[in-house]
Amino acid sequence: MKIIRNTGLLFFICMQTSFLWHRVNAVNISDLQKEIIKNNDTLYVVNFWATWCAPCVKELPSFKAVYTRYASNKVKMIYVSLNSMQELAKVEKFAEDNSLKPEVLLLNENNPNSWINKIDSGWSGTIPATGIYRNGKKIYFQEGDFTEDKLNNLIQAKLNKP
Amino acid sequence: MKKIAILSAAILLMASFVKTGYNVGDKAIDFKLKNVDGKMVSMADYKNAKGFIVTFTCNHCPFAKAYEDRIIALNAKYASLGYPVIAINPNDPKQVDEDSYTNMQKRAKDKNYTFPYLIDETQDIARSFGAAHTPHVYVLQKFGSEYLVKYIGAIDDNSNDPSAAKEKYVEDAVNDLLAGKSVRLPATKAIGCSIKWKS
Repeated sequence: MKIIRNTGLLFFICMQTSFLWHRVNAVNISDLQKEIIKNNDTLYVVNFWATWCAPCVKELPSFKAVYTRYASNKVKMIYVSLNSMQELAKVEKFAEDNSLKPEVLLLNENNPNSWINKIDSGWSGTIPATGIYRNGKKIYFQEGDFTEDKLNNLIQAKLNKP
Repeated sequence: MKKIAILSAAILLMASFVKTGYNVGDKAIDFKLKNVDGKMVSMADYKNAKGFIVTFTCNHCPFAKAYEDRIIALNAKYASLGYPVIAINPNDPKQVDEDSYTNMQKRAKDKNYTFPYLIDETQDIARSFGAAHTPHVYVLQKFGSEYLVKYIGAIDDNSNDPSAAKEKYVEDAVNDLLAGKSVRLPATKAIGCSIKWKS
């Protein structure tokens, strides 16, 4: 009886954890492109980052703040982690601890030389880097970090000019 | 005379705003940077070299760490063939203490670096080359006193797992140069840690 009760409790805890657990999907470059190149007027703000990248981690609060501000608008943040597949659990924990919303992906591609140019031909591969997409088109790309003000002004400008 | 001085100052100022950095085919400048043993190192010191594997790297970056053994292996394989590795740390240690000169000395000693590990204190060399992240490799070929850029980019196509790397870009480039051929893939891109520029 005790065993059954404990198992039940364990099951309950597991359910809770999986419910709360911040799911991070691993995707390849074509999956990622399908996620961001869509025929609708939502602004897809795609931030390339990694848990090991100090300037990336430093700018994340700016993205969160801007997302909160524009949550009722057609703005979707997609945080694309460039951590390795072996670090998926670490990325999930980080995403959960830092409440990264609404979507965190892990780009599971080994050879950056094969996909960096598909995101932006001017990108050296340094992170952080951020692209903005709408109606299936890339309308902005930046290599380097954002301040909250700069990101806010940019999103505002893009929303004002559909 | 004064006018010329103002004009040349203006030109210099304008030039400093233009995006710097080498493309494949450009001539690279020589440098004189301090090694972990306290001595200054220049490419001109290497009388018998055919070229160089100039590698911008550092202590702290996970990608640089992942590639450290491969950088050591590149020097072991190619120094005797005339293409030694010269490693340069361009990061501002005020931003990352792990990349300080003392920590560079420690790292080079712990890992028995067989190549110079130079500190680019002014960051001028990283800027001249156009290095953006660590690790970032420039394969140069020597022609008399000139150094031509023959390859820019990543070491290979798999930062996580050296044994799974299918394309070894730097090795391919040096092999091509040693065989008297043009480099099959002269530029590649890689993810890396941004260089910590002085603010």
